[in-house]
Amino acid sequence: MAVISYLDAISHALREEMRRDPTVFLMGEDIGVFGGAFKVTRGFIEEFGEERVIDTPISESGFTGAACGAAIMGFRPVVEFQFADFIACAFDQIVNFAAKCYYRWGIPVPVVFRGPSGGGFRGGPYHSQNPEAWFTHVAGLKVVQPSTPYEAKGLLKAAIRDNNPVIYLEHKHLYRRIREEVPDEDFEIPIGVADVKRDGTDLTIVTYGAMVHTCLGVAERLAAEGAEIEVVDLRSLAPLDKDTILASVSKTGKALVVHEAQLTSGIGGEVAAIIVESCWDALDAPVKRIGALDVPIPFSPTLEDAVLPSEGKIEATARELLEY
Amino acid sequence: MSETELIRVLGDDDTSPAPYHPSLDDESLLALYRRMVQTRLFDAEMIRLHRQGRVSIYSSSEGEEALAVAAAMTLSEEDWLFPDYRVSGALFERGVPMEEFLAQLFGTSKDLSKGRQIPTHYGSRQRHIASISSPVGNGIAHAVGFAWAARIKKGPEVVLTFFGDGATSEEGFHTGMNIAGVHKLPVVFVCRNNQYAISVPFNLQTGSDTIAVKAKAYGFDGVRVDGTDALAVHDVVREAVERARKGGGPTLVEGVSYRHGAHSTSDDDTRYRKAAEAEAWRKRDPIDRFGRYLKSRGLWDDARDAALRETLESRIQTAVAEAEAAPPPPLESLFDDVYDDLPWHLREQRQDLTDHLRGLKGRKP
Repeated sequence: MAVISYLDAISHALREEMRRDPTVFLMGEDIGVFGGAFKVTRGFIEEFGEERVIDTPISESGFTGAACGAAIMGFRPVVEFQFADFIACAFDQIVNFAAKCYYRWGIPVPVVFRGPSGGGFRGGPYHSQNPEAWFTHVAGLKVVQPSTPYEAKGLLKAAIRDNNPVIYLEHKHLYRRIREEVPDEDFEIPIGVADVKRDGTDLTIVTYGAMVHTCLGVAERLAAEGAEIEVVDLRSLAPLDKDTILASVSKTGKALVVHEAQLTSGIGGEVAAIIVESCWDALDAPVKRIGALDVPIPFSPTLEDAVLPSEGKIEATARELLEY
Repeated sequence: MSETELIRVLGDDDTSPAPYHPSLDDESLLALYRRMVQTRLFDAEMIRLHRQGRVSIYSSSEGEEALAVAAAMTLSEEDWLFPDYRVSGALFERGVPMEEFLAQLFGTSKDLSKGRQIPTHYGSRQRHIASISSPVGNGIAHAVGFAWAARIKKGPEVVLTFFGDGATSEEGFHTGMNIAGVHKLPVVFVCRNNQYAISVPFNLQTGSDTIAVKAKAYGFDGVRVDGTDALAVHDVVREAVERARKGGGPTLVEGVSYRHGAHSTSDDDTRYRKAAEAEAWRKRDPIDRFGRYLKSRGLWDDARDAALRETLESRIQTAVAEAEAAPPPPLESLFDDVYDDLPWHLREQRQDLTDHLRGLKGRKP
């Protein structure tokens, strides 16, 4: 078992799947000789050749559509968007074609759409977004967002092997910051299953992606004051793991949903609705949500920091709920 | 060949100049003609059914049968067709029985797409026909990706995709042509330039004189062919298919034609185009022209024509009756195939629907 970064984990998953399955190939901008904007595919073209590590024209809708066409033939393409923000350029192909193809005529489109997402890097409106909710509203798509190297690897393998199109969002802030031991042997993390990252009895924080680490930090700090907060990492945003969410909230009686994506119409609304619909009797406090402010991500560090959910805001809201 | 010259085989009198030797034998020529007539009569019947409220929407290929049929005829069994919604003749040419296409148009339990797609959005893996999705031009990128996969797999497949002149303004056209040009993929792009995208005429669609010329910018050949001339279409597309098969890369074929009918059963074309224009094009009706050619060769006559039409009409009626009698798709199939597996929320919604319907005891939901 080696200690690897989140980025290494993505890279290892891709490499192992390409070695295992000749129908897996990669498409994207600058992923070949250049090794990708974030170097996820460094060394791939040397190992797999330019027919399986395809440098495409700057043409998101074109290579996304082409990946769908290749999937019709039985391939399992993995498409890299240089930044998750640019997935919008391929929206029609993902939403109108990939998501509906199996329903419309029984042909699976097992394409994985990878996108580096998330803010905090002074990337401004086009290099910072968290677009998961654009896609969780589309029947036929699965959406995942890993928070650790172990999950990054296991979820990507599961996504590649899944017969449905999967949106795989990887948070840029985790790429090199988070490192842990990851098993060398082959493993998958099933899509649709959440993980309880920290046990607790007083409050449930439901979160995912980079916010998992922020929320764990808050939980540790409040533990020093005697509060036991349970942190549920959704991992999969479509489908959601209803059972794990409800089991936790039934135990704690209080729920806070936290995500880095914009608040309104975000995953938090859906999670809150599930909780209120299904375990009303267990609730001792209103379900609270924290997300980014409903504005585009601004470039100025002062402004961006004010837009994204902060540890201070999460801690204050958690305290408020704990006091109920 | 050039991107502006119009390739023709049939002369103004619809005979071919003496030196021309058709690439099709007599039997194939007659098969092509019969298929075009079948397409014409089928489409006309669908318009009638629409007026009777039996088909919800239909886009007739009247005036463009030569393009659909003669182009599809050049494909081999292993090849794939990525059609649009106005090439019923190409589907028939790929072996789709009328009953099967009708099941799709009626959206019954016998429909391969299980009643989930609007009429004309047929697809069949078995017959190597990709299903149409409604956003115009996005299928061009799928065709290109499929050809790319064929290249990776080192397979024999050539891909032919149809689209209208309006689709050439969409990004699917640009991105698809661009990628195909970069990688010299085995794709034949057939643009049915029927002069109108619903109501918008060709001169408001593009500043180019022709569609074919656009291929030049992507690094491959564009050919402009008389789309009302079945022999010319066949020869031009056949050459393009052969080039693709031999690794010579893509070709853009612009079939210059005219949509005799409205865009679909949902619009009235007399509101956006002049009767005189339509009349002039009617004189170049592809079926009339090809029929005159066959007669000039002594291969066809009026009596055989009348008999053919009578037989086809009767087969169409039988097929319609059979397809229309099939029941609608079962309600419980509603949740299948959204995903390869059935997630919990769809299981819950299926159960809710079942409970709701049971509670209604057969009344309408």
